[in-house]
Amino acid sequence: MIQTVEQFDAYVAAEKKIEPKDWMPDGYRKTLIRQISQHAHSEVVGMLPEGNWITRAPSLQRKAILLAKVQDEAGHGLYLYSAAETLGVERSDLVDDLLSGKAKYSSIFNYPVLTWADIGAIGWLVDGAAILNQVPLCRCSYGPYSRSMIRVCKEESFHQRQGYSIMVELMKGNEAQREMAQDALNRWWWPSLMMFGPSDKDSEHSSQNMKWKIKRFTNDELRQRMVDMTVPQAECIGLKMPDKELKWNDETGHHDFGEIDWDEFYNVLAGNGPCNEERLAVRNKAHDDGAWVREAAVAYADKKKKTKG
Amino acid sequence: MNKSQHKQALLRLGDDALILGQRLGEWCGHAPALEEDIALTNIALDLIGQTQSYLSLAGSLHEDDTQTDDQLAFHRIERDFQNLLLVEQPNGDFGDTIVRQFLFDYYALFRAEHIASQVFDIDAAAIAAKAIKEIRYHADHSSKWVIRLGDGTDESHSRVQKSLNKLWKFTGEMFTVDEIDIVGAASGLLPDLDSIKTKWDSAINAVLKDATLKRPEDGWMQKGGRSGIHTESFGFLLAEMQSLPRAYPDATW
Repeated sequence: MIQTVEQFDAYVAAEKKIEPKDWMPDGYRKTLIRQISQHAHSEVVGMLPEGNWITRAPSLQRKAILLAKVQDEAGHGLYLYSAAETLGVERSDLVDDLLSGKAKYSSIFNYPVLTWADIGAIGWLVDGAAILNQVPLCRCSYGPYSRSMIRVCKEESFHQRQGYSIMVELMKGNEAQREMAQDALNRWWWPSLMMFGPSDKDSEHSSQNMKWKIKRFTNDELRQRMVDMTVPQAECIGLKMPDKELKWNDETGHHDFGEIDWDEFYNVLAGNGPCNEERLAVRNKAHDDGAWVREAAVAYADKKKKTKG
Repeated sequence: MNKSQHKQALLRLGDDALILGQRLGEWCGHAPALEEDIALTNIALDLIGQTQSYLSLAGSLHEDDTQTDDQLAFHRIERDFQNLLLVEQPNGDFGDTIVRQFLFDYYALFRAEHIASQVFDIDAAAIAAKAIKEIRYHADHSSKWVIRLGDGTDESHSRVQKSLNKLWKFTGEMFTVDEIDIVGAASGLLPDLDSIKTKWDSAINAVLKDATLKRPEDGWMQKGGRSGIHTESFGFLLAEMQSLPRAYPDATW
């Protein structure tokens, strides 16, 4: 049984999983609640930009695929809220924090989805970046989070492939379609690289989270992987990366790439992105409009309990 | 039933599923709870799947070249769609959406049960056999919500009763017999609508009773969808749905 910080650290260092009833340091619990709920919120808010295009998907097959994908995301939100609840918080409180603006979600969803090619770029780049972030989380020291991530990652890899397949199809298409694809890459590339968070030298949570085996790789390591993985995929279908400084470096065995606009990163994070207000307003409206429905469901369940009891 | 009538019968099946699926797709991210975001997109997904099957089959009966499901979905105009007026009605609040779904689900279920059992068109029978499994879930989902909302709070009761009263005038069209229904039933492909109506009445009445809701009187019924005369909101639905294939008619996606 774990009772002290030393025992906890030794347990985690031995790659054993911490389970909900185990003792854990307050900081570990707090960090996990913050990270898992932010992750859940991101899935939920992430339904909105893509949901916009369900009604406009250009073929029945694409409509069906997008519906399946967005439905997966709602499901990820559910697993993750459930994983967070094992740490002693209530989903409704977490949702309230999202709606009030207190809790964060991934900034990437504060960018607008302007064309059909953006749906391709989101699957390819945003889900691609999410997978790089999330695959190491399958080995996270906290059991419920690790198990939900295993399931999430399986589905995310389909999402990434469907996004790339949209881009492939567009690049095989007419000139307007190819321009649409290039334009989407130009707009989504830098925000996707920002998804890995601040540069290592500015990251406040990194080292403790590495020690707790919540995090396995630094932000910059994962970002480098994203660049190395994406460049050949873009080349393969004839897309040009929107970074003049991007080049292969023989010595490091990696691509060198340009500097992220950190001013933009911190501004979108602070709520000044193109869609921050709109996304939260939509979530709040859905929540308020649905209040009578949730109340009815609770009232009905209570009635049934009474008649049974 | 001649080839053109056969095609029309299949188009109706496809159009009902397509337009209702399109409406449900509008809910994504806006539902009262995350569980309902999943449920409504899941039902939409089933309906789009049924659409693909029925419209592809309908397209294979086109007189000259075969039409694809996408050509039929994205390149027909308002007057060529033959879906029920019920399924094109705007989403309204969650109660309106659930009642619309509930009224349609049992009609779709009993119709699919018939189609699955006939031998005039064995491809349609196979599609319907698969669809039945899906529609049973849809009917279960919508019925349970009608009951929860009807027998929930005073507010939910009054709201869902209003939805029911408002949408009732679109139920008559499901059972109005026209030429396609007559030749369709004679061939065996389509059900006898009177017998579907009997089953539908008893299913609907049972749920409304549990929901403590009052079944509206059968007054004047709106119809026109089956002959391509739709309600005003329908043009906007098509404009949104068809915008991309219309802008790039030669593109593949």
